[in-house]
Amino acid sequence: MTTESPILEMHDVRYRWPGRTSFGLEIPVFRIAAGETVLLLGESGSGKSTLLSLICGTVTPASGSVSVAGTDIATLSAGQRDSFRAEQIGLIFQQFNLLPYASVLDNILLPLRFAPMRRNRLASPHQAAADLCDDLGLPAHTVRARAGTLSVGQQQRVAAARALIGAPPLIVADEPTSALDAATQTTFLELLFAQARAHNSTLLMVSHDARLADQFDRVAEMSDVVTARRAAA
Amino acid sequence: MILRLAFASLMARALTVAMTILAIALSVALFLGVEKVRTGAKASFADTISGTDLIVGARSGSVQLLLYSVFRIGNATNNMTWESYRDIEARPDVDWIVPVSLGDSHRQFRVMGTTTAFFDRYKYRSGQSLSIRDGQVMDDLFDTVIGADVAETLGYETGDPIVVAHGLASFIEHDYQPFRVSGILAKTGTPVDRTVIVSLKAIEAIHVDWQSGVKIPGQSTPVDVIRQLDLEPQAVTAALIGVKSRLQVFGLQRAINEYQQEPLLAILPGVALQELWQIVGIAETALIAVSGMVVVTALIGMMATIFASLNERRREMAIFRAMGARPRTITGLLVLEAALMAALGAVIGLALLYVGLAIAQPVVDRAFGLWLPVEAPTLREFSVLAGVVCAGVIVSMVPAVRAYRMSLADGMMVRI
Repeated sequence: MTTESPILEMHDVRYRWPGRTSFGLEIPVFRIAAGETVLLLGESGSGKSTLLSLICGTVTPASGSVSVAGTDIATLSAGQRDSFRAEQIGLIFQQFNLLPYASVLDNILLPLRFAPMRRNRLASPHQAAADLCDDLGLPAHTVRARAGTLSVGQQQRVAAARALIGAPPLIVADEPTSALDAATQTTFLELLFAQARAHNSTLLMVSHDARLADQFDRVAEMSDVVTARRAAA
Repeated sequence: MILRLAFASLMARALTVAMTILAIALSVALFLGVEKVRTGAKASFADTISGTDLIVGARSGSVQLLLYSVFRIGNATNNMTWESYRDIEARPDVDWIVPVSLGDSHRQFRVMGTTTAFFDRYKYRSGQSLSIRDGQVMDDLFDTVIGADVAETLGYETGDPIVVAHGLASFIEHDYQPFRVSGILAKTGTPVDRTVIVSLKAIEAIHVDWQSGVKIPGQSTPVDVIRQLDLEPQAVTAALIGVKSRLQVFGLQRAINEYQQEPLLAILPGVALQELWQIVGIAETALIAVSGMVVVTALIGMMATIFASLNERRREMAIFRAMGARPRTITGLLVLEAALMAALGAVIGLALLYVGLAIAQPVVDRAFGLWLPVEAPTLREFSVLAGVVCAGVIVSMVPAVRAYRMSLADGMMVRI
């Protein structure tokens, strides 16, 4: 189920990495409706990481607006952007996603440390983390295990649980399946979709693997979204 | 949770972290150890003499007089005559006076001639008196009472014969006049432990056949004859004095220092000790500075370790950033980590110090006569430990600021 109100809206965004004159990108319009699952396809170097950094507010555009859940994050201070990210966005990376020395439980609960509203949505964060692990097919005893001792597939599920805990409105996944084999990829995506729906979260996944396309509500090509400029500006 | 994660992160790098903590611990133990030895030595010196108002000897330096008369360090440049001694003894403000005659030795230990009043009048460590562990004080002319260390080192028991050598480190022995150990003193932790005490008359007795420090060739007076001689001494090395009223101390000191018949020097033991501290103060400061530099070096080592770990931990910092941690949280984590390492180093250092003290205490006492008390840490020691943690935190600011900049530049996207 998708609704029409946008969870992410980017307008006339222009960005250039500080100190670099040779690379910048422009995003005329990019919108994702709440509850949508969107696959953003793009090759390496197409500006995917920069786009995600703009959405997450770790970098700010030179001009234009980036709105997440109705808030233009460019208007927030650096500290406010960090808190906003913690509250509104659940992140899953390609790999090396977890703090290997910390327990699975601590990894899952980590974003709540910086997101009091997300934490307050949960009656018992520990129980919520255990339930998510269960829903994502992780054995109960893994909750206490050190994250570094899990298989890559299990680690990605823990990363998914960490992104989903406290039901942030937007889940951003940066090539989360690239380190997984085909069978594990399918299972992981099925679980991720199911949980994103269960938590009413919107899912934006970035990948270079077009085979995943038919599992998403919508597919966008990076080249359609972003104009990367490599010539000297 | 952040504290737990910081601790888990440290545990994940256990070997490097353990080495860093060990370096800090050893440096802290060294620093505190130097402090203990310094204060122990001071206390040991200060405890050596108590209840004596003045020390009198031939005119030299006050520190020199204190060192040779009480600590048996160095030698007297001259003696004071027996007449002068008797003159002072006869003064109305003098409550008691004990002569000290030095110059001979037995093995590595000094021989001191005195009267039996020494055993009543000499006090140490806030007024404690000497006590005989075994036997009794000198009864016969050739009786000797030995200190606890003399008995322990040389394995002497009461009744054993000993022969006194002329002078220090000398091969010429007074072997015609052997002594008998009549008593062994209980341990005091003062130079008395390393002293062979004989009567003042005995000192005269063993020098009957000597003139001007040289043995008269071919002369050896039998012991029986010596016993019949008038053995009143002609001179003593120094004298310990107690006055009837503390108010009279300065008056008596001035009178002795202005004594017309002979150039004498009277010193207040406490004042002379202060002068001694002033002399050794520079060396003390240098010692503290060197051990302080060792602590600084260990902390700089910790800074280097944190610096070295920054690059491999960029992913960790990126994860924190992605989860919403501010760059200052990353900085705080590194500072917290440094504080944990420094605090652990300080606590382990303190533990090492006490283990070291427990092991070294009897050895140092035997070797140097220095009693290092194993007592609860003082406020000063706690402030040293707190200072180490604070210094650790300050030093960690350097890599922490670098981490701050890195995490700002990297954001949450690090590909390693």
